[in-house]
Amino acid sequence: MGSITLEQIEHLHRRFKQISGDQPTIRKESFDRIPDLEFNPLRSKIVRAFFDKRNLRQAPDGLADEINFEDFLTIMSYFRPIEMNMDEEQLDHFRKEKLKFLFHMYDSDNDGKITLQEYRKVVEELLSRNPHLEKESARSIADGAMMEAASICVGQMEPDQVYEGITFEDFLKVWQGIDIDTKMHVRFLNMEPIAHCH
Amino acid sequence: MRLEMRQVPLAEGLLALPAARAQDKSSGDHTAVSGPHSFQIVSFKWEHVQEPYIIALWILVASLAKIVFHLSHKVTHVVPESALLIVLGLFLGGIVWAADHIASFTLTPNVFFFYLLPPIVLDAGYFMPNKLFFGNLGTILLYAVIGTVWNAATTGMSLYGVYLSGIMGQLDIGLLDFLLFGSLIAAVDPVAVLAVFEEVHVNEVLFIIVFGESLLNDAVTVVLYNVFDSFVAMGADNVTGVDCVKGIVSFFVVSLGGTFVGIVFAFLLSLVTRFTKHVRIIEPGFVFVISYLSYLTAEMLSLSAILAITFCGVCCQKYVKANICDQSSTTVRYTMKMLASGSETIIFMFLGISAVNPDIWTWNTAFILLTLVFISVYRVIGVVLQTWVLNHYRVVQLEIIDQVVMSYGGLRGAVAFALVALLDEKKVKEKNLFVSTTIIVVFFTVIFQGLTIKPLVQWLKVKRSEHREPKLNEKLHGRAFDHILSAVEDISGQIGHNYLRDKWSNFDRKILSRVMMRRSAQKSRDQILNIFHELNLKDAISYVAEGERRGSLAFIRSSSTDNMVNVDFSTPRPSTVEASVSGLLREKASSVCLDMQALEQRRKSIRDTEDTVTHHTLQQYLYKPRQEHIHLYSRHEIIQNEDEKQDKEIFHRTMRKRLESFKSTKLGINQPKKLNKSHKRDRGQKRVRGINAIPNGKIPSENPVQGFTLKEKGIDNPAFSADDDQSIYVKFPPWLSNEDSVVPSQRARVQLPYSPNNFRRLTPFRLSNKSVDSFLLADGPEERPRAFLPETTHM
Repeated sequence: MGSITLEQIEHLHRRFKQISGDQPTIRKESFDRIPDLEFNPLRSKIVRAFFDKRNLRQAPDGLADEINFEDFLTIMSYFRPIEMNMDEEQLDHFRKEKLKFLFHMYDSDNDGKITLQEYRKVVEELLSRNPHLEKESARSIADGAMMEAASICVGQMEPDQVYEGITFEDFLKVWQGIDIDTKMHVRFLNMEPIAHCH
Repeated sequence: MRLEMRQVPLAEGLLALPAARAQDKSSGDHTAVSGPHSFQIVSFKWEHVQEPYIIALWILVASLAKIVFHLSHKVTHVVPESALLIVLGLFLGGIVWAADHIASFTLTPNVFFFYLLPPIVLDAGYFMPNKLFFGNLGTILLYAVIGTVWNAATTGMSLYGVYLSGIMGQLDIGLLDFLLFGSLIAAVDPVAVLAVFEEVHVNEVLFIIVFGESLLNDAVTVVLYNVFDSFVAMGADNVTGVDCVKGIVSFFVVSLGGTFVGIVFAFLLSLVTRFTKHVRIIEPGFVFVISYLSYLTAEMLSLSAILAITFCGVCCQKYVKANICDQSSTTVRYTMKMLASGSETIIFMFLGISAVNPDIWTWNTAFILLTLVFISVYRVIGVVLQTWVLNHYRVVQLEIIDQVVMSYGGLRGAVAFALVALLDEKKVKEKNLFVSTTIIVVFFTVIFQGLTIKPLVQWLKVKRSEHREPKLNEKLHGRAFDHILSAVEDISGQIGHNYLRDKWSNFDRKILSRVMMRRSAQKSRDQILNIFHELNLKDAISYVAEGERRGSLAFIRSSSTDNMVNVDFSTPRPSTVEASVSGLLREKASSVCLDMQALEQRRKSIRDTEDTVTHHTLQQYLYKPRQEHIHLYSRHEIIQNEDEKQDKEIFHRTMRKRLESFKSTKLGINQPKKLNKSHKRDRGQKRVRGINAIPNGKIPSENPVQGFTLKEKGIDNPAFSADDDQSIYVKFPPWLSNEDSVVPSQRARVQLPYSPNNFRRLTPFRLSNKSVDSFLLADGPEERPRAFLPETTHM
């Protein structure tokens, strides 16, 4: 996992208590207390991600009903910024962890691949905030994106082959060029101790 | 402070001879002495046209020079164009001087600041990658403000210190003069940076930092320059603490004021373009005029004009690009680029010419040399220090290599020269020395550093800009990302970058866009949609290109209307694309010009009928070539293209029929497999085996299918296979069968082409609005056929 500083933990703990209303655990409804979240098109998926047992490393499947602070921290740790002193292997592992988190968000039925339907749902939700965009356009976009992913991942397809869905390996390939390490992080209020250059 | 424009003896010299001859002929032309002796059929009126003629000539010379330079690819690869232009300027100036011993045209500050600089800065602002710019704004501001002040102070003071030590000999300078000089030589120049960096292609973060710095430091430069200029005028003894404080305050006023002016004009511009729907022809004019006004207004109020026009461009780009029609957008883009490029060319050429002016040359080895040394050294130190501080706050760290490029890329250019030319000789006694030094510094940075930066970048293996095609997935995931991150920020109770950005985009969507964007634009203005559009267009182009490569578009030549196309993508031949339609169509980063006139010019490789076929295909399929003006001569109106609505319809409808191939196996596709097999031709050949859409049940009876099989390489159109196949089709009118017999799209069976970048998203072509793709099924019954689409019966 890696480390979060003590200050960050304290801050998150305070936040946890806020969300849970001083209870030891949070439920899905607790997230309703966060007003800004309402406008986020991916709200449901994100909240769900907090309870996803795969992310919580508890089980390969299923949703938890409530999570405690430790689980909360576990999820938050996916968004740590990279630390300066990580080596190649750690970086790679780090990156994979983050991508796995994303993958779980897309793959709602836990079957290990993102099918066209799931993809469509994601895209629809994503574009749902734009009131002028019709559902069909969203759908076509999802289809187009799927085809693109297929061409990246599979290259030449046999005529009888049907592309079933994006597996995690394919997902990695799609994200290969993109610097997820630098983008997928949230800066916590208290800064990390200034890294030494040596 | 004005330098008068001096006559251009070159032109005069050239024309003196014929003028003299003309004078002889028209002996009666001396109006002063006596009246004309006879009627002059033709007279030579040089003075009448002198000024505009000379200006036009110089522009012509500069542009011709550009052509000449680019003839030799080897040279331009190594030497930056700006350097070549300076050398040319020196050369030309030398000729003039040798011929007449008079100094020729110089780059006057007025011309520079009023006419040559604004287009360049506007171009920079209008095409500024906003996300990148504002994402790195903190960094940019730090370098621009603190860095420039640091450079100015240290350079000025060090020179003063050296002067005191006596090495420079006797000069009539005080500390303030040195500080003044320091402030004008300290600023990194946007023109030079652009000129050099655009040939180097460093990664975008690095570029935006250096370039952003060069733009935003104008405020600092303006303030420092004015402050020290007036201090020098007041005299060193009269400067009080109050004046210093005033100087600092003026910095904030100038910079924020300039920005504010820019934003106000951007707002105006966006608002105006919202209503220009009926005056499309002059739409581009608004962009230029209003932006220019912002520049002049800021200049009038003694605020930072560069900041004003930069922020005008930066803030308006989104709304203007949404509001104005495609043709205007293209016009704006090209005009801006042309003006900017032209200005740049002229600036550098005149920098060279202005140097050949013996009056101004004062040589002081120590001063010049030390200036060069100091600006380089202090730049390096400044960059290193600031980067060290910044890296604590930045996620993407700036490494040593980046710092090297940043230090080395801090070029000085024409702005410094113009500023120094503006100095008042009476107040700044050593003006000529300053001018000479500035010229040498500018030449050194542009020529020497410009020449060597490319090898340096390569040697250091700086991360280059990745030129990647826009990928739909990236956009989608990127968007999802942003939302996720802001959600997490909300949950963890931070006010982070994403939170702010989210808030801004909400505000923008609810209020700003409503006010400033046309209603129609608001609907369709979505980045993801745009990428999708673009990609589809590219596919269509690739399709045509493929046709060209084969030498013929025979594979879509057919007089039947329910033709399904089979394209063999597996063996792309080396293409001779240059003189082809697709070469023309493949214009980078621009709305594609499907100009029929242009298309017609490139007919060499395509036979006439095929050309028409292509045209009709494209027209039907994705986009109508928008430039198909109805040929009424009218300067005030472009006849509205009624097809625009149809475009949207086509787009939506076509996209709906996309790739059902990804319907998971749960939707049975067993049946089609059988159909598929019956159409397989040669197994030996790697080819497309496709099932053609089950055509409209009516069609087989209306249009007898031709047994049309091309014997060419890999082209086989199962649509025109034996008649028995037709019967199968008839049995399953698509909208009547149930979901289980969904035929996967032809594309699903296609061997995806050689390179994953091509043909990703081609949907099966339908050459008729009547044919219905079977996989529409799953989405529900097809709506009524589009009556307004042109029939393809005349193919």
